[in-house]
Amino acid sequence: MSAPILKVSGVSKRFGGFTALDGIDLELGANERLGLIGPNGSGKTTLINCISGALINDTGSIVFEGEDITRLPPHQRAARGVARSFQIPKPFRSMTVLENLRVPLEYAARGRTGRGKINSDAMEVLELIGLNNRANESSAGLTQVDMRKLELARALAAKPKLLVSDEAMAGLSSAEVDEILEILLALNARGVAVIMIEHIMRAVMGFAQRLVVLDAGRKIADGTPEDIIRNPDVERAYLGE
Amino acid sequence: MLKTRADKIFWAVLAAVFLGGLALTELVANEYYYTAIYAILQATIMAVAWNILGGFTGYVNFGSAAFFAIGAYTAVALDKWLGLPLPFLIAASAAVCGLMGLGVGYLTLRLKGVYFAIATLAMAIVLETFVTNWEYVGAARGVYILTPEKVPFFRSYIQLLFVVMLALTLGSIAISRALNSSRIGRGLAAIRDDEVAAECAGVPTLRLKLISTTVMGAMMGVAGAPYPFFVTFVDPLSAFNLFVAVNAIAMPMIGGTAHWIGPVIGALVIGGAQEAITVTISSELNVLVVGLMLVLFITLAPQGIVGLVQKWMKRRKR
Repeated sequence: MSAPILKVSGVSKRFGGFTALDGIDLELGANERLGLIGPNGSGKTTLINCISGALINDTGSIVFEGEDITRLPPHQRAARGVARSFQIPKPFRSMTVLENLRVPLEYAARGRTGRGKINSDAMEVLELIGLNNRANESSAGLTQVDMRKLELARALAAKPKLLVSDEAMAGLSSAEVDEILEILLALNARGVAVIMIEHIMRAVMGFAQRLVVLDAGRKIADGTPEDIIRNPDVERAYLGE
Repeated sequence: MLKTRADKIFWAVLAAVFLGGLALTELVANEYYYTAIYAILQATIMAVAWNILGGFTGYVNFGSAAFFAIGAYTAVALDKWLGLPLPFLIAASAAVCGLMGLGVGYLTLRLKGVYFAIATLAMAIVLETFVTNWEYVGAARGVYILTPEKVPFFRSYIQLLFVVMLALTLGSIAISRALNSSRIGRGLAAIRDDEVAAECAGVPTLRLKLISTTVMGAMMGVAGAPYPFFVTFVDPLSAFNLFVAVNAIAMPMIGGTAHWIGPVIGALVIGGAQEAITVTISSELNVLVVGLMLVLFITLAPQGIVGLVQKWMKRRKR
């Protein structure tokens, strides 16, 4: 593994008496594809909320490209290259598809976008995602799969170095899952590290180079997909004793 | 400034309206018209101001009357203390109310939805209590303002105020339009649509919301500054009038909140109707009319008049 782009050390997060994350350590290499799995309520979304800044962890640190970002608000993390997509799509409903991408291009990626290149950069992302023929449609009227694509497109328009994809494929058909997988692989080929949270095992297994398994707020396994499926702890977490 | 054809048309219309206003003072002597138009202009500035926070940013504010009243009382206090000329009073009111917007924003913007709305209402009550006990500006008794008998260029002080107010209104509209189509405007729209997603797209939501409350406050202050000189008597009850606050909400809602022209249309339609009804039927009935129109629009056309026109144009294109 090359020098890590992201280093999560000893991150814990409590909600009242409930410990959602308990001393998580995680490293991610530049351009790595990591799958984050675990049963419902294991803390996956809490962890990526801490990475993207939606939540601030109680203890531990998060270092991105050698810089401690633990206390930074989400918009400053986005400006440094941490992007995420949401499990439930959150489009800017009053805007067209193209305008949705203008927001991250004009804010998160401002320092990385040439003057007057906003529309062409947005169209480039839409072409990669396959939404270019919907560019001027209202984002509120999109189909479910297109909404998911827009969610990814908006994350990409922030020109991230790390993309955190939170269940981008839940509820999609098999062909649609393949479409989204292809997009994520194309993105990774351009040098973006990806953390993928997913329940569809076929998708994670096919995508991830490495898997991290969470259970009840703790990391119980970290390794190649082949190792993970043979790991007795993981089996116990998913299937019980 | 004049980059596109729409820009050219916009500025030409503004110039024409202003010149039309000047011509009116040459042609018409009857003071009633200026009084009526002044009221509509004041409502327009307030509707435009409310819409910057309420429409562009999506934070509903019930405290408009407080900003307006503090603008008016800032002008009263500085007029009594230093006797500054009107342009300075307006600038001072803008500054005071802008700062107040910033402060209130900082304290309340952590609240969302209905909680924010209630906080702004509470702020208005606190400030009203403060002014009601502020002896220097007449406390609960109110205060009389003396205005000059004669003014240069115009027939009366009311005419002068009318022209000043016209210029301020056009200025507010220009600011609102520029904001609406700017990078900041898109950031505000992103906050309105989904604040969490906006933050993750790199939008500094707290800073933009504070810009929004500051501009809103300053504009409300500007609307209030000339008011004491226009009515020549202010007391807390008339300055902190709930009806003023309701109008500032109703007009953008009826006009349409997403586009800069919505509050302008709403203010012209509602303000015009109110003046007409006040003269022809009764001054009490105009409150009822605003209420009825608000109910009708919220249930039947939540996007306002602008939304209706956009829908109609889309249908025609097909």
